[in-house]
Amino acid sequence: MKKPLSTIGGRLGRIGVLLIPAFWMSLFFVLPFFILVKISISEVRVGVPPYTEIFEWVGGLAFHIKGSLANYSFLISDTLYLDAYLNSIKIAALSTLICLLIGYPMALGISRTVGRTRNFLLVLVILPFWTSFLIRVYAWIGLLKNEGLINAVLQWAGIIDQPLELLHTPFAVYLGITYSYLPFMVLPLYATLERMDHALLEAAADLGARPARAFLSITLPQSFPGIVAGSMLVFIPAIGEFVIPDLLGGPSTLMIGKVLWNEFFLNRDWPLASAVAVVMLVLLIAPLVWWQRHQQIMEEKQG
Amino acid sequence: MEDGGDKKPFIRIENVTKTFSGDVVVNDLSLTIYQNELFSLLGASGCGKTTLLRMIAGFEKPNAGRILIDGIDMTDIPPYERPVNMVFQSYALFPHMTVEQNVAFGLRQEKIAKSEIHDRVAAMLKLVELEGFTTRKPHQISGGQRQRVALARALVKLPKVLLLDEPLAALDKKLRQRTQFELVNLQELTGITFIMVTHDQEEAMTMSNRIGVMKAGALQQVGTPTQIYEYPSSRYIADFIGAANMFDGVLRREDSGAAHVECSELGEKIMITRHDMAESDAPVSVMVRPEKMRISLTEPDDAAMNRVQGIVKDIAYLGDMSIYHVQLNSGRVIQASQLNFQHTAERKITWEDQVVLYWHPDNAVVLAQ
Ligand SMILES: Nc1ncnc2c1ncn2[C@@H]1O[C@H](COP(=O)(O)OP(=O)(O)O)[C@@H](O)[C@H]1O
Ligand SMILES: [Mg+2]
Repeated sequence: MKKPLSTIGGRLGRIGVLLIPAFWMSLFFVLPFFILVKISISEVRVGVPPYTEIFEWVGGLAFHIKGSLANYSFLISDTLYLDAYLNSIKIAALSTLICLLIGYPMALGISRTVGRTRNFLLVLVILPFWTSFLIRVYAWIGLLKNEGLINAVLQWAGIIDQPLELLHTPFAVYLGITYSYLPFMVLPLYATLERMDHALLEAAADLGARPARAFLSITLPQSFPGIVAGSMLVFIPAIGEFVIPDLLGGPSTLMIGKVLWNEFFLNRDWPLASAVAVVMLVLLIAPLVWWQRHQQIMEEKQG
Repeated sequence: MEDGGDKKPFIRIENVTKTFSGDVVVNDLSLTIYQNELFSLLGASGCGKTTLLRMIAGFEKPNAGRILIDGIDMTDIPPYERPVNMVFQSYALFPHMTVEQNVAFGLRQEKIAKSEIHDRVAAMLKLVELEGFTTRKPHQISGGQRQRVALARALVKLPKVLLLDEPLAALDKKLRQRTQFELVNLQELTGITFIMVTHDQEEAMTMSNRIGVMKAGALQQVGTPTQIYEYPSSRYIADFIGAANMFDGVLRREDSGAAHVECSELGEKIMITRHDMAESDAPVSVMVRPEKMRISLTEPDDAAMNRVQGIVKDIAYLGDMSIYHVQLNSGRVIQASQLNFQHTAERKITWEDQVVLYWHPDNAVVLAQ
């Protein structure tokens, strides 16, 4: 059967639409990932590149693979890495929680305003992006250091005699991450709260629910997709964060991003660094895949 | 006009005014609604019906005036403490809750035992014929079922007053007619006072004990459907409710005490019986409903009848009845409707027939201009 040209065009268009992201993902995610895996099972050597080739040609189409999982077993045997992973998860999770606690009231407040006030508040949320991330983190050093603005003001006001130890502490890291990633929490939360039908809250009040009760039974469950999206957007980049723990943190705020940096650039141990990166990626992707599956199952149950 | 018989005043709306950023939406409105009645607020879209309903529910605060329910001033009482429940126009069902959870939500806010909640919810769901859908979510049921969930959710609280904002507007015509009867039955069964907002005059006429017709934030007339249809208080109401033929003229009182309206358009006097609404020699309108006009090929014998000659220009056949468009000598077209009997004594009236339209003075309603 002949198909009219337009449907063929439509099909090609649809395939094209799918091909572009597929191509993008292959080129910039899947391919680098396999290169990373390849490097992670090779051995370190002095030279360029600083790792051994794992494929060894033996003539014709046949070749040997000389890979080893030694780097991975080393990751398990040295507690430094496990500690760094756990610490990263802890810092990222706690920062996400703090972002949620600060960001939710902000998003709720913005969603309750209208017109120009709303636009103004949204611009305020996005405004920090106008300056470079690095500069903003450096600015916090200026605020937090011993002779920094915060200590100066506190001393001038006579509240403290000795400067507070703020910089290079876990506090500074939490502060930096929360500060940097708060907009990523606020915006998706705002988007879901803004979409919520206000009549639902009126219906709840009409049925006898006080405001706090209505918030817990209606607003909170209705904004759940926003909570998940915002938390992912904060948690995932925070777990691999390098700049903030490096600039604001101290010895007790070891994060996996810092370890990765050290292995690559200080030790020049690319295979081990690659193994660290692969494990981190798997740790990050596993919960995402689980969530995706969970959503699918929920939808199938409903539909 | 506003007598509720032996019923006792239940909701008093006293001189309520509401403005939104300077626009007066409800204007010094007063209204008494009696216990156990189904009262309809009828008016064109944008006339302030929903706003008035929302003030009774407590979602909007009046700028002036007050609302009393069962003798208690509601001014400072928040929505969640008012003995009132509302069926929202959009239904506003909670999307993340099942049908059963939606209906139970209101009872869970009160200190009621779990088992009693369960029983009352089950009984209510049975009443609205939703027993089989308890575990469905709102997006998994039809529009008509959603409407019944909204109704059940509000009714299960046994409020003193149930507010319904265009409860049938989202339903298709057939379902709407069925649901009209169900709503009236529910009202009679529960004895709860219903206040319903609608812009559909047919709906208001068929369902209500009394109707308040609103225009631009004020009540134009309050009365039973019959009162409003037969004796509209203004041209606006006469036009808004049902079809009407209007004739402009001047009211003349005779020495005998009788009165007529001089109508240049008809070239004849219109004899009337009720004329207490206007002064002598005042300009008035006379309204005659199309179904009160008789149409005939021959002059009627009864000399007491008002009459006018014309030519049939158009006939709309509606099955049970026909509407005749008759052009008068003045060029004016008026409407007369007749039930279609199987056997008519005369020959059938058809296009371009010269006919006589006649009506009894009782059916000529005088409206002050
Ligand atoms: N919250 C509001 N803010 C501003 N204007 C409003 C608000 N609610 C209603 N209005 C205005 O009040 C008028 C009456 O609205 P409404 O009571 O909804 O009319 P109806 O229900 O009779 O169609 C409309 O012109 C509407 O635009
Ligand atoms: Mg309305």
